[in-house]
Amino acid sequence: MENKTIKININGKDFEENINSNLLLIDFIREKIKLTGSHIGCDTSQCGSCMVLYNDICLKSCSVLAIQMDGAKITTIEGISDGDNLHPMQESFRECHGLQCGFCTPGMIISAIALIKEKPTPSEKDIREHLEGNLCRCTGYENIVKSISAGAEKMKG
Amino acid sequence: MHASFVRSPYSHAKILKINISEALKLDGVEAVLTGEDVIKWSEPFVVGVKQPMEHWCLGVKKVRYVGEPVAIVIARDRYIAEDATELVNVEYDLLPPVMNIESSIKSNAPILHEKVKSNIVSERNFNYGNVEKAFSLANNIVEIDVEYPRNSCTPIECFNVISEYSDENKSYNVLSNFQGPMALHPVMAMALKIPGNKLRLRAPQNSGGSFGVKQAVFYYIVSISLASKKVGRPVKWVEDRLEHLIAATSATGRKSKISAAITKDGLLLGLKIIQYDDCGAYLRAPEPASLYRMHGNLSGAYSVKNISLKNYVVLTNKTPSGLNRGFGGPQLYFGLERLMHKISKVLNKPHLQIIKTNLLPQNSFPYKTPSGGILDSGNYQKAIQKAEKDGGLEELEKRRRGKRKVGKLYGIGFAAVVEPSISNMGYISTVLSHEERLKAGPKNGAYACATVSIDPLGSISVTIDSLPQGQGHQTVVQQLVASVFSIDPKNITVSSDLDTHKDGWSIAAGNYSSRFGGAVAGTVYLAAQKLFLKLKTIAAKNMNINVEDVIFQNDLVFSKNNPDNKITFSRLAGSSHWSPDTIPDAMAPPLRETLYWTMPQHKAPNEKDEINSSGSYGFIFDYCGVEIDQNTGKVIIDKYVTTHDAGTLLHPEIVNGQIQGAFAQAVGASLYEEFKYADNGEFLSGTFADYLVPTANEIPEACILHISTPSPFTPLGSKGVGEGNSMSTPVCIANAISDAIEQDKITLPMTPPKLWGLISKKEDLPKNLNLEITDEKKKISVELYQNYTNKKFWKYIKNKLRNIV
Repeated sequence: MENKTIKININGKDFEENINSNLLLIDFIREKIKLTGSHIGCDTSQCGSCMVLYNDICLKSCSVLAIQMDGAKITTIEGISDGDNLHPMQESFRECHGLQCGFCTPGMIISAIALIKEKPTPSEKDIREHLEGNLCRCTGYENIVKSISAGAEKMKG
Repeated sequence: MHASFVRSPYSHAKILKINISEALKLDGVEAVLTGEDVIKWSEPFVVGVKQPMEHWCLGVKKVRYVGEPVAIVIARDRYIAEDATELVNVEYDLLPPVMNIESSIKSNAPILHEKVKSNIVSERNFNYGNVEKAFSLANNIVEIDVEYPRNSCTPIECFNVISEYSDENKSYNVLSNFQGPMALHPVMAMALKIPGNKLRLRAPQNSGGSFGVKQAVFYYIVSISLASKKVGRPVKWVEDRLEHLIAATSATGRKSKISAAITKDGLLLGLKIIQYDDCGAYLRAPEPASLYRMHGNLSGAYSVKNISLKNYVVLTNKTPSGLNRGFGGPQLYFGLERLMHKISKVLNKPHLQIIKTNLLPQNSFPYKTPSGGILDSGNYQKAIQKAEKDGGLEELEKRRRGKRKVGKLYGIGFAAVVEPSISNMGYISTVLSHEERLKAGPKNGAYACATVSIDPLGSISVTIDSLPQGQGHQTVVQQLVASVFSIDPKNITVSSDLDTHKDGWSIAAGNYSSRFGGAVAGTVYLAAQKLFLKLKTIAAKNMNINVEDVIFQNDLVFSKNNPDNKITFSRLAGSSHWSPDTIPDAMAPPLRETLYWTMPQHKAPNEKDEINSSGSYGFIFDYCGVEIDQNTGKVIIDKYVTTHDAGTLLHPEIVNGQIQGAFAQAVGASLYEEFKYADNGEFLSGTFADYLVPTANEIPEACILHISTPSPFTPLGSKGVGEGNSMSTPVCIANAISDAIEQDKITLPMTPPKLWGLISKKEDLPKNLNLEITDEKKKISVELYQNYTNKKFWKYIKNKLRNIV
């Protein structure tokens, strides 16, 4: 197996790691950097639990090799909050009961933040269509959609 | 070390040889566990019926479903372990598979377990009342044949096991996202050939969803434990999605035939029910529980007295079945409520009228059902009345008339369902004859356990045995205990993790049969009350007043007659720790209460095969309006109303979250989800691109309504609520589709192609479409599916990606 050294910025911190070329980005984040907030739910890019932000675009980190990300800037769920304060979108999920088991939630929140960047005031339909790539088995989505609507308002400050 | 499974690509085959030498040569591979080790170090799992079946933790000598594990590669990391599984060479001798109930029960069918000599591993007949007489008095007999598909609630987090073998103690220390029931702990210990106390099982505080499914991780706890013994080090296994869909577990598929003897008004006089459950390749504990969990509430919400039942447990070359939200309910009610719909069509009367004609009358509770269930409380008429009025049934009927006027396919469906909760663990023994049960000893009831303790600073810790995976048990318990002691909920911590070596538990512990609301929260309440009374007595002595004059309010304790005579809650707690002298003798130990609770209504099945299979029974009445897109066959849920009676609601927001969640999963089961197999046994649903889980776009908001008739049998009057819509929604949607297209044969999932097939006419087909199925087309599709179920496919994709880079 070929090894390669990559430089990658995660949540504002630079990392330089020598890795196997077949290492997936999600495993790099979870196993090498030990940020375990991003989850693996399907391995095949359907469920969205592994979503991270790559230059404000949401990216399913289970379907990208870490070496493809050499030089990239990545934000994970751990990097969105400001110190001890939750991100407004996280607050919204808590207030609106937007999660049950919480396993899909990091991906949902990353996905929601990417949506709001693009559309600061999304309609319910916008939100539902945007969530096509994020699966949740607990909530039936209703409260997730409400959380994102409320989160969008909160993000306006 | 990390484990990766070598799994059978075939549904039915003899294992001729396993060659592991190439795998062992790969750098980083430590060992490969095979059937030889398994035979040496373990026993087959115990089975719930008396049959000579052997189910080992790896396929031994034979494989019986696609995905059955045959070896475990143990390596330095998961990537190496997975690469090495490709190097394990297993030689198979293929056998013909049986892929459905019909072919499995044929007399010349290939046999899965030779020693059993049949694929029907259990057959039981039950008779309650006088069915023959009921049928002789009938004005009409209505029959229905239904099938319920195999599916699963597929939690987004898959199975996880870490096991560490100790050679010194000959014991295993396991951490796994197991969800119970802990009745499986002895099953695992026996398979590992160790006493129970040599299997320390820990489950974490949080787990990424389960819905019953994670019960089945117990099977892997045994094999990963043996893997740890093999290498003498801790071994970790994280299941991937492909493994989960192929081989984790499934709800049972069911084929039922129900005949109803009815009067001219549609009153049910008697029911003859025949049920065949497809339990997959092995009868894995606690199966055949799917077939018996509903035994006490076999007659649903209806007052019918005469019932005969034939139950068959059938094996096929598919993944073994197990717990899945609703467990037995979706299957039973699909038959019963489709039957009620059919009766209404036969008699040309409104469906709701037929339901109302047969409902148990008000004031008939507690009601003993013909099969022995004791329906604790309810007011079914009131629930339906509320649903009609607050849900807007009249409006919906108007809407249907309007839609139909303009040529749309629009239907309304109904379902009335009794939702059991708090399983009587003895119900599973109903599968045995009374004589067999006498020999085995009675089984009934089961304890819930909770501990409440107060530390010297006055904060409270609670331990519960319900192993939640996102249902908010901690929140509910926190609020409940805060209200007992009148302190700030922030001062209460709830632990829901479980350690068999340290925590209170019994066989019933775990998260299943919706036991939290009725049993676990109730047990916490009783423990907290007991501790509260002790503390009150201690306070009275400290403050030199009568016990009845002690008031707890807002973190303070004071005298009713003299509010200045007061002490803070934390001070009272502290003094109870630091000054044992001040505590009345009878109060010791004063600051910790562990309480076990079970229900006296939970009896073992009796000689008449009567069983009160659950402790509490809620009620659900659903109706919905659906429109069928005539061009695509897509079902659009226009409106869905679901009315629940779950007794006392402990936390309405959490209850509604459970209802909307179960509803969403049930919409998936109704319209999209199915574990599909080709006739040759190939598995066709190996990714979330094939097994279609609904997204936010497919799930409408359900209109949720409540009434409350508290249970007289549970400490807080509350009943389970988490599974109801898994039972009511699939059949409600099916009834609406049947109403819309005026056809009887509705099989789930009602996918657009299937429905389009039912509504389209030949002239709708494009003229020059070549629909002929040629051998060439067959070959291509089989190859495609084979690739999907094969890890090589993913390897191929990964390599492709690598080349691009």
